[in-house]
Amino acid sequence: GRDGASADGALCPQEIRKVVQALEQTAREILTLLQGVHQGPGFQHISKKCQKAREHFGTVRTQMESLKTKFPADQYYRFHEHWRFVLQRLVFLAAFVVYLESETLVTREAVAEILGIEADRERGFHLDIEDYLSGVLTLASELARLAVNSVTAGDYSRPLRISAFINELDSGFRLLNLKNDSLRKRYDGLKYDVKKIEEVVYDLSIRGLNKEATVGAGGEK
Amino acid sequence: MKEGRGENLQILCSRKLNPKPIYTTGQVLHEGGTVPLAVCAGWCGSVLSQLDLNGIFSLTASGGKRSYIDSLSFISSPISAAVCELSETYFKERYGSGGFRKRKHDNFPHGQRREEKENVNPPSALMTSFKSFQLELDTRHDKYERLVKLSRDITIESKRTIFLLHRFISAPNGEEILNESEVKLDAVRRKIKQVAQELIGEDMYQFHRAVSPGLQEYVEAVSFQYFIKTRSLISVEEINKQLIFTAEDREETTNMTSNSHDKQPHTWSLRVTPVDYLLGVADLTGELMRLCISSVGNGDIDTPFELSQFLRQIYDGFTFIGNTGPYEVSKKLYTLKQSLAKVENACYTLKVRGSEIPKHMLADVFSTKTELIDQEEGLP
Repeated sequence: GRDGASADGALCPQEIRKVVQALEQTAREILTLLQGVHQGPGFQHISKKCQKAREHFGTVRTQMESLKTKFPADQYYRFHEHWRFVLQRLVFLAAFVVYLESETLVTREAVAEILGIEADRERGFHLDIEDYLSGVLTLASELARLAVNSVTAGDYSRPLRISAFINELDSGFRLLNLKNDSLRKRYDGLKYDVKKIEEVVYDLSIRGLNKEATVGAGGEK
Repeated sequence: MKEGRGENLQILCSRKLNPKPIYTTGQVLHEGGTVPLAVCAGWCGSVLSQLDLNGIFSLTASGGKRSYIDSLSFISSPISAAVCELSETYFKERYGSGGFRKRKHDNFPHGQRREEKENVNPPSALMTSFKSFQLELDTRHDKYERLVKLSRDITIESKRTIFLLHRFISAPNGEEILNESEVKLDAVRRKIKQVAQELIGEDMYQFHRAVSPGLQEYVEAVSFQYFIKTRSLISVEEINKQLIFTAEDREETTNMTSNSHDKQPHTWSLRVTPVDYLLGVADLTGELMRLCISSVGNGDIDTPFELSQFLRQIYDGFTFIGNTGPYEVSKKLYTLKQSLAKVENACYTLKVRGSEIPKHMLADVFSTKTELIDQEEGLP
């Protein structure tokens, strides 16, 4: 059984793979759930969807507990590649939920808490910073999509808020000195998301559709 | 016109925010006098929000136009793009035109798309956390680079040791060369000690890719030396035993990361991973094949047979692992097979023709072969 703590899973990548597959399944379920926000009626039920997603994260936490037992704690990076992808996906999902709820960027500590893991390597199974940043970049492209769809659904103020958020995110990423690795490649895609959202905002403003929206965005930081 | 001419430029800006687009006017204060400047449209708005509103942005530039621009590059690009734009006219007046615009666009390709963000105030929570991410990533990358450099040094020194040991067979002064190789390997171990120090409190596997090539090469060198001395294969425990270091000089440990505890034991060690060991041993077989061929060249008839037996044992060991091991190991298996075949063929030739060819001509028979092999081999 995948939830039973095996006595010695030390050198047993199959066991890790099994748990990771279960995590991937849960991640897909959460994604499917959250995809609903892109559809017209979904905009009214955002908070309900977030609530449901948060329940699913309970499953994630149990699965993470199980994953931790499958290998020695000090060999995290030996098996890192096994769960890297799914962890980034889960970071994205957690960040998406938090954004939908509060329109802020989830902190690394908060994601770790949602996923039932540590933010700090010293304390056990942790969230690697590059995985966190990767997940955040996925959020950016999802928000670019959300900006488009919220206009379709008649919500003209959201794109402005998304634009402000993404721009701040972009400035944040420009503080980083990235190496020529996968994170860098992901980051290179951010400019297209920024561009996409700017186009949406432009379309709204030349048609005067942002008038009442500006009032709403004024309160937003 | 370069040396020591420090200029203090102050750029005074004001802006009109509404309606869009944003226009900014600016002027440069230069040595008390003012120089009127260009009006730059659009994206300057976002720049100015990062300066104080109506603020004064000052910087000191030394040297001529070129280094003035260079000195801007440490400021984040939108600011410097704007400042460049502002100061363009100024420099045209002062130094004449040409070459400037082109250079500007090379340096600041992102300058144009910053229009929208007026509400970025530097001390926001997001920016603060990203500043800490910057620090964390930089620390990690720096450590990685240091380890890569150490690994390269280890590789180079290990390779030299191997070349030195190849001379052992052809030279009569065996003891001397063995001693020298020991000295060299000690130097390599000192480098490995530095690696171990870098890795205190870290997850070895996180930086494994940085150090792995060096460690493999070290395994190759040390096992080659061990073979020459004892005609047997060094074990991974034996290798690791030599990689336990005691603290004699702690000068390297001072710049450790903060998460290394104060009460570190005064010994620290580095463990060669099983995979590194296997790959190193696989490389060793290549060296042994060379050793075999050259020993034939020296008229040594016994060594090739001994070697072929030894290599066969290693090969059997590797086939036992087969492709249950990591990908790199199964890749080496192919080269290993080739090396073994070469040695076996050499033994065959010796056996069949050894009795026919006079001893002094053996060298000639194999020397052509050696060249052929070396060509195929390239740099292993």
